[in-house]
Amino acid sequence: MSGEGAMTRRIVTGLAATILLGMGLATTAQASGGGSVDERHWSFQGIFGTYDRGGLRRGLKVYQGVCASCHGLKYIAFRHLQDVGFTEDEVKVIAVDYTIEAGPDDAGDMFDRPGKASDRFPSPFANENAARSSNGGALPPDLSLIVKAREGGADYLYGLLTGYHDEAPEGVVVPDGMSYNDAFPGHLIGMPPPLFEGSVDYEDGTEATVEQMAADVTTFLAWSASPEMEQRKRMGIKVILFLIVLSGLLYAVKRKVWADVH
Amino acid sequence: MAAPAMNNRMIKWFDDRLPVFSFMHHQMHEYPTPRNLNYWWNFGSLAGVMLVIMIVTGIVLAMNYTPTADLAFGSVERIMRDVNYGWLLRYIHANGASMFFIVVYIHIFRGLFYGSYKSPREVLWWLGIVILLLMMATAFMGYVLPWGQMSFWGATVITNLFSAFPLVGDAIVTWLWGGFSVDNPTLNRFYSLHYLLPFVIVGVVVLHLWALHTHGSNNPKGIDTKGPQDSIPFHPYYTVKDLFGTAVFFIVYAAFIFFFPDYLGHADNYIPANPLVTPPHIVPEWYFLPFYAILRAFDFDIWFMPAKLLGVLAMFASILILFLLPWLDTSRVRSGTFRPIFKWFFVILIIDCVVLGYVGAKAPNDPLIASEETVAQENEAYNACVAKADEAGKVGEDECDKPFVVQYVHLGQLATLYYFFHFLLLLPILGRTERTLPLPTSILEPVTKHGAGAGK
Repeated sequence: MSGEGAMTRRIVTGLAATILLGMGLATTAQASGGGSVDERHWSFQGIFGTYDRGGLRRGLKVYQGVCASCHGLKYIAFRHLQDVGFTEDEVKVIAVDYTIEAGPDDAGDMFDRPGKASDRFPSPFANENAARSSNGGALPPDLSLIVKAREGGADYLYGLLTGYHDEAPEGVVVPDGMSYNDAFPGHLIGMPPPLFEGSVDYEDGTEATVEQMAADVTTFLAWSASPEMEQRKRMGIKVILFLIVLSGLLYAVKRKVWADVH
Repeated sequence: MAAPAMNNRMIKWFDDRLPVFSFMHHQMHEYPTPRNLNYWWNFGSLAGVMLVIMIVTGIVLAMNYTPTADLAFGSVERIMRDVNYGWLLRYIHANGASMFFIVVYIHIFRGLFYGSYKSPREVLWWLGIVILLLMMATAFMGYVLPWGQMSFWGATVITNLFSAFPLVGDAIVTWLWGGFSVDNPTLNRFYSLHYLLPFVIVGVVVLHLWALHTHGSNNPKGIDTKGPQDSIPFHPYYTVKDLFGTAVFFIVYAAFIFFFPDYLGHADNYIPANPLVTPPHIVPEWYFLPFYAILRAFDFDIWFMPAKLLGVLAMFASILILFLLPWLDTSRVRSGTFRPIFKWFFVILIIDCVVLGYVGAKAPNDPLIASEETVAQENEAYNACVAKADEAGKVGEDECDKPFVVQYVHLGQLATLYYFFHFLLLLPILGRTERTLPLPTSILEPVTKHGAGAGK
């Protein structure tokens, strides 16, 4: 290799690195948020990560027992639970406990019927105004996408659920109906602390500490935000392995084809 | 160029009447290509591959998408959850936009370094800029379609830019919106145009290739091919090289699709659009950040021109200036390889663009160096000083030194200044004054000779 060519190569390699680094910087810059959040290890992290099945079942229980009184989950149908280890019968049992407004019937009236596997989780409020009037003016967001819709994702949600303080730091005035939270941007949050020791009874005997429930419901909501994740990662590993082999083969072909030119 | 041998009589019969086979043979098979193209020349065909991927996935997504303000967000979630492999299609398409831009940006910077815009390839270069502009419009409108918070507020901010133009500005904005705010009509027309523009891009790409094939590819040495010994047929040499490059590029692309599908996006776009709630930071997609930084660098008025108009003009000028590049760069030597000073300014230009992108992602008035606490302390001291002076009956603002905090916008201004300096002053002067290295006499001549020749 000539000095000239090597020089050019070094410059361009450097430039490529700079561009990639720049992309990284720019995106991490976008990611800087308000409150403070610690990173935690999640079962669904990394390229081999999967949703912890026990955590999902417990998380559903926490959602149903605690969150669902204010927050909807409108993009999730009961049948979606079958993708993560619930049997068809279990799903029917879960669905039947809900009352779904259906209709209109032949007489033109709406009627209530028990839920079916194809129904989506009904939202607790009829509309935004109803939600706000029941919650001191605050709107409890739908939770289907919450893990993807917040900077920090699962870590943020866990930080929020475990970040409540009875006493705000000195000098911070917490208005009536608000609470102080470490993770929430601005720290003053309309949602009262949702989780208390023993808020739900876990069927599998796990102790329902605040941390445990927060981790479980975070796992459940991470799934509800990215239900395709396990399939996506499994496919990704195969696709990338295939592409690496393909690149190797194509490189060999390229070398062979170019042998008479070099 | 001889007509290809046609053994099949049917094909020969057809080709006599419409010579598509001969045409393809000339343009894609025997097309003489400089033998010394390096891997930076892969990015042109890669951009073509990306365009096809975007159109194919886009058409299938359109079969499942609903372009109505009330239903758009939900229909995207339906694609993600209930359409078979809908998540794959959407992630290929959404990350594909980013990949398309990174490929095209590398393609452009390759052209900038090797002087691919110089005679006789000016029109080829222009067509490339037209493609870039069309891509930007298409990408911008595509980002609006999921109707999330960033979609809505990004659309509001960017369309509002046109209101900076005197007299007609507000009328233009109303016309773009199809109403008096970004709303359902805006979404409908953006969807229509987002479907249309890619095919316009295809048309301009055909012209781009036509212009390319008229004079052939430039090459790393930037000198003309002087005979058949300098070039090789496109197929199989460059087809296989492009295929190899594409496979390697797909590894990176696939890593984003399958493992970090939302890394390049913004969390706020998973919140449905809400005209009543403005997100704390409205940021465009990463590929617009450098232009966003130039737009926001102008936080001051000049004479009768308000800051907003200046920013808009500068942002458009930063691209339009490229149309003049073939004449702004006065050097007769095409390739940066033989331009020892240009080479380093080229590196600075790239760093400059990265800095602009970095600044574009930040809140302009956040302190650049000092910590938030230091700034708060200084402001407190200043306020105390003003209060004290006011008490003493003087005008506090005159008496006290307002603390100067270096902010992101200042870095953005510096970087914007360099960007225009590079194209408007540096390149014209450098082209006349720089002592370039001796050019090789032919493409065939190994570059090593040049190193040996330096000792003679």
